[in-house]
Amino acid sequence: MSIGDSDMLGVTIAGIKMKTPVMTASGTFGFGLEYKDFVNLNKIGAVVVKGTTLLPRSGNQGRRIAETPAGMLNSIGLENPGVDEFLSTILPRLKDYDVPVIVNISGNTVEEYGELAARLNVADVAGVELNISCPNVKEGGIAFGTNCNSASAVVKQVKSNTDLPVIVKLSPNVTDIVAMAQSVEDAGADAISLINTLLGMSIDIYKWRPVLGNVVGGLSGPAVKPIAVRMVWQVARAVKVPVIGMGGIVTAEDAIEFMLAGASAVAVGTANFINPCAAHSVADGMKDYIKQRGLSHVNELIGKVNL
Amino acid sequence: MPKMVVEARIVRNTEIGVNVKELVLYAPEIAAQAVPGQFLHVRVADSYYPLLRRPLSISSADRIAGTVSTIYRVVGQGTACLAALSSKDSVDCMGPLGNGFVIHGQRPLLVGGGMGLAPLLFLAGALCPRPTEILMGGRTKEEMFWADMFHNKCDAIHITTDDGTLGSCGVTLDLLPEVLKSGAFDVIYTCGPRIMMEGVAKVAKTYNIPCQVSLEEYMACGIGGCLSCTCAGQDGLRKKVCTDGPVFWAQEVMS
Repeated sequence: MSIGDSDMLGVTIAGIKMKTPVMTASGTFGFGLEYKDFVNLNKIGAVVVKGTTLLPRSGNQGRRIAETPAGMLNSIGLENPGVDEFLSTILPRLKDYDVPVIVNISGNTVEEYGELAARLNVADVAGVELNISCPNVKEGGIAFGTNCNSASAVVKQVKSNTDLPVIVKLSPNVTDIVAMAQSVEDAGADAISLINTLLGMSIDIYKWRPVLGNVVGGLSGPAVKPIAVRMVWQVARAVKVPVIGMGGIVTAEDAIEFMLAGASAVAVGTANFINPCAAHSVADGMKDYIKQRGLSHVNELIGKVNL
Repeated sequence: MPKMVVEARIVRNTEIGVNVKELVLYAPEIAAQAVPGQFLHVRVADSYYPLLRRPLSISSADRIAGTVSTIYRVVGQGTACLAALSSKDSVDCMGPLGNGFVIHGQRPLLVGGGMGLAPLLFLAGALCPRPTEILMGGRTKEEMFWADMFHNKCDAIHITTDDGTLGSCGVTLDLLPEVLKSGAFDVIYTCGPRIMMEGVAKVAKTYNIPCQVSLEEYMACGIGGCLSCTCAGQDGLRKKVCTDGPVFWAQEVMS
């Protein structure tokens, strides 16, 4: 990226300053370090690390991914080394990079979310993202994300335990996404990210068995993009806090669609698996688009869809 | 060791067995670094379906020619896309990924089943001039075109087929004790179906011979980010097949 790019692409989301509006979605980019041989981490808007829990988790048994038309199902089950390992081993290594680190957290109880937020309230963490939408664990996760009252309780608990910006990641597996968004905004969320994966299932017709060991899993990739764009559009016009749009972004054109729908920033997810440099190519393409359209800043796209 | 993503020109993509093809790619950067046991992660089509890359074991690398090869069976949509490519095409290829076999000992025995023989082919070349033997298994004679490929790399080739049309009737595990008794092997390398490798590891343990296994798992990123491919380590920690493996000492991942 040449000098001056941040003038065109730089954004500040909930107080987090980013060089580009293109982040990496939690669970698709490890802790960032896994990608360092392939991509310049300093050029990414923000790295949202793998969902982190209080204690280490070994994740789900059996096959964890399945390819589906224009997408994939996953049921990793929040495998992660736990917050202590993250703080003692991983975070110090991320300090070598000039990129905001946002920690995605997941708890079994409201108190656990609060405890995680308190532990992560340290200088090198730029913000926390509350995963109240993981479809792959029995307890917690999505249970908080499909009920306005419990979502609100989690956000309040976290807000009272941290000074960091709090982003709440919403599940698309709800009847009324706007009601969820308003609940978490009222509870104090500084930004809202959406969408997490859509609950899906795939069956092996020769074995007559589910493809995934966990039977069901979360659908991501280009297949979910129109749903994500629709939800971002619905939410962005109903809340005042910034919205981070994600769901099937592969190209700059995809990202621009989300911005026009009302997103103030975007995240690349499944595309990281296919192209480790996806966040770069999306940002570069957005810059080209801005120039071609005679605009001066990416912010000029936000919510500009004409109805 | 640097890993890379390259646009690799296809040198050839030819059938070497029934539904089995060898893909040779011109990728000098990868060929220069590749060691046996590592894999390529290939975008088989510039499409959204199939969307994900396919991990393919490296079956040979020629540093002088700048080529790397892989041998694959056409089993699904991804490999069907790959099979349709020709020398006019190129593919987006990451590699060399993962950790290879640790060259160890002086009297190696290779034990391979099915497509698991592909990385062992690369390994057999690297083990020269050690006197290397291989025990290979397949369903039927037609699948054992592998024997010719190992011919000039191994001192002895022991074959089993499920139907007895070539070599001993049965599976590799049936013949393994007999092969072990015939030579003073000091290391075993195995790649193939999980159940076979577990059996080989068990026998190796009984004979007190160090054993390395090359695991196969469904994976998305291939570089440790997605955690699709992790397995339980004997130390209680999860192991990533893509970056901690795919080659492990048997005792790291098997009881």
